Amino acid sequence: MTDTTPRPLPRTSDNQLLAEAGEGTRVEFRGVVKDYGSTRVLHGVDLDIKPGEFVSLLGPSGCGKTTALRVLAGLENATEGSVLLGDRDVSRVPTNKRDIGMVFQAYSLFPHLRIRENVAFGLRRRGVARTAAEARAMDALDLVGLGHLGDRYTHQLSGGQQQRVALARALVTEPRVLLLDEPLSALDAKVRVQLRDEIRRIQLRLGTTTVFVTHDQEEALAVSDRIAVMNAGRIEQVGTPEDLYLRPATPNVAAFVGLSSTVRADVRGGVVELWGQRLPAQGNATDGPVDVFLRPENVRLVLEGDGGAVGTVQESTFLGSFRRTLVRTSEGELVRVQHSAADRLSYDDTVRLTVAPEPVVVRAIAV
Amino acid sequence: MKGAFNGGMSGTMNGIAPSRVTRWVIGIVIGLAFALPLVSTLLYTLRDNKTGGLSLTNWLALFDPANARLYAPIWSGLGNSLVLAVVTVLIVLLLLAPTMILVSLRFPKLRPAFEFGVLLPISIPAIVLVVGLTPIYLQIGRTLGTGAWTLAFAYGITVLPFAYRSIQASIDAVDMKTLAEAARSLGASWPTVVLRVLAPNLRQGLLAASLISVAVVLGEFTIASLLNRQVLQTALVVVNRIDAYAASIFTLLALLFAFLLLLVIGRAGRARTGRTSS
Repeated sequence: MTDTTPRPLPRTSDNQLLAEAGEGTRVEFRGVVKDYGSTRVLHGVDLDIKPGEFVSLLGPSGCGKTTALRVLAGLENATEGSVLLGDRDVSRVPTNKRDIGMVFQAYSLFPHLRIRENVAFGLRRRGVARTAAEARAMDALDLVGLGHLGDRYTHQLSGGQQQRVALARALVTEPRVLLLDEPLSALDAKVRVQLRDEIRRIQLRLGTTTVFVTHDQEEALAVSDRIAVMNAGRIEQVGTPEDLYLRPATPNVAAFVGLSSTVRADVRGGVVELWGQRLPAQGNATDGPVDVFLRPENVRLVLEGDGGAVGTVQESTFLGSFRRTLVRTSEGELVRVQHSAADRLSYDDTVRLTVAPEPVVVRAIAV
Repeated sequence: MKGAFNGGMSGTMNGIAPSRVTRWVIGIVIGLAFALPLVSTLLYTLRDNKTGGLSLTNWLALFDPANARLYAPIWSGLGNSLVLAVVTVLIVLLLLAPTMILVSLRFPKLRPAFEFGVLLPISIPAIVLVVGLTPIYLQIGRTLGTGAWTLAFAYGITVLPFAYRSIQASIDAVDMKTLAEAARSLGASWPTVVLRVLAPNLRQGLLAASLISVAVVLGEFTIASLLNRQVLQTALVVVNRIDAYAASIFTLLALLFAFLLLLVIGRAGRARTGRTSS
């Protein structure tokens, strides 16, 4: 497990699941509203997911992403609106008839069954005979690299292995959609990255439409075809990882996707005036004071000369190919700067900062 | 696992844990308190009326065909008690357990109220219970007859607190919600979820609840006596008036049976712990 090179998938001729890889199913949310008592947790979610697409629902905790996934799974009923699998409205179809595969955060494997019996469970419920179901379960376990552990019980496996088994169990029935409810959040960092990439490789190979719920923007950026950023029960933006990172539609998206520092500036005549520089605003900006969101890689460090904002170094972290330094400006604002690892800075060094001449995301400050 | 943990605790917290001697003294005193009446009863049943020495005469008399009529109430009472035990266990397994699963999966907010209601019988004296039950049993007598098995409805209430505790301990030990949702997502109907996924994982609690229910039913006297039903305990009282030896022997046997049940419950618990920690 310490090896970081990706484990090859089994040969297609050896694996029935790979041999039967299909097209994937279209998934659609139409105006989904969900109330818990008098609290509205989803305010009309619309999302169209193409067959075979990997879409992440990304947002802070309590934003409604898990509720949206549970509505899709049928574990919660939508108060209004509908959910479509393929061309069929499944809003009134119970979970067990929706033909889905789901991986939970943790503790979802059946402790009283062996691993291969766990994986065969869904097939047995579909009327597949025991021997055929267990043979197919072994194919699914081979897919996640755990074919040798079929006879073990859940408690004999590590957390990462358990989630691989859960993935195999969800995929073995060739579901119309694969639902991942923060499946990596209980794992340690290294296993998390490995399994994340592996899920994506298997998903691409099988072509299963996948909805992935996560609060970790790095995870979402790494594996998704598209990301739906949610906040307070609404989808704020849907787009490719590049879209979200480079052209965030709202300040919330800018703040949540990627690392940002927030600084005060003024807009005059539609142009942002920051640190003596004039920068175009992304979208429309009305005149007045604003918060500006700055990516660390868009802030430049000026070691010699003048101009820009003056600040002192608070901390500087070596991150391999680059360094990230936290600077407190003379205004008292904290700004993260990404710069060459060759520029070694230490605490209390005085530096100057400028901004790359690119459009910046701003949020008007109510006065 | 649990035992090892406790052992570690007593090793590291010497200031609080009683010393080895104190523990032995407490154990012996309590052991004597329990053993004295039992040993006395045993010696009493072994006393030979003619010689005054010890013999098995009284025990052998139980199986003497000549005395069959005398002991008949005990056998019929035992039969009734066993039927009652079975019906009570069915009530626990088919009514209480599914309700508890329903409460913990669907109505978790009801749990405190449910728990209060279920634990209530432990604080109500059997006499008080009977006063309330008498008019109900008049009705039951008219509709279902006066068969001894109908007592199981009352016993179903008296075993609730004990059965509830055992089952709830198992429910709290597994993440039932996630297991049920995982099974549902894999295509399982609700009956399949309960029988193939939840019940096997609550096995230990269900077994303990059943055995405790059996022990309670076999030891119950007040309700049966006041509602005029003949069960093992009431029969023992009847026979006691005629033949005190026989009553004592059956009391010892009933206690022995209850001890065996408790041993089985303990074993079931340990077997489970052993498996999960291996």
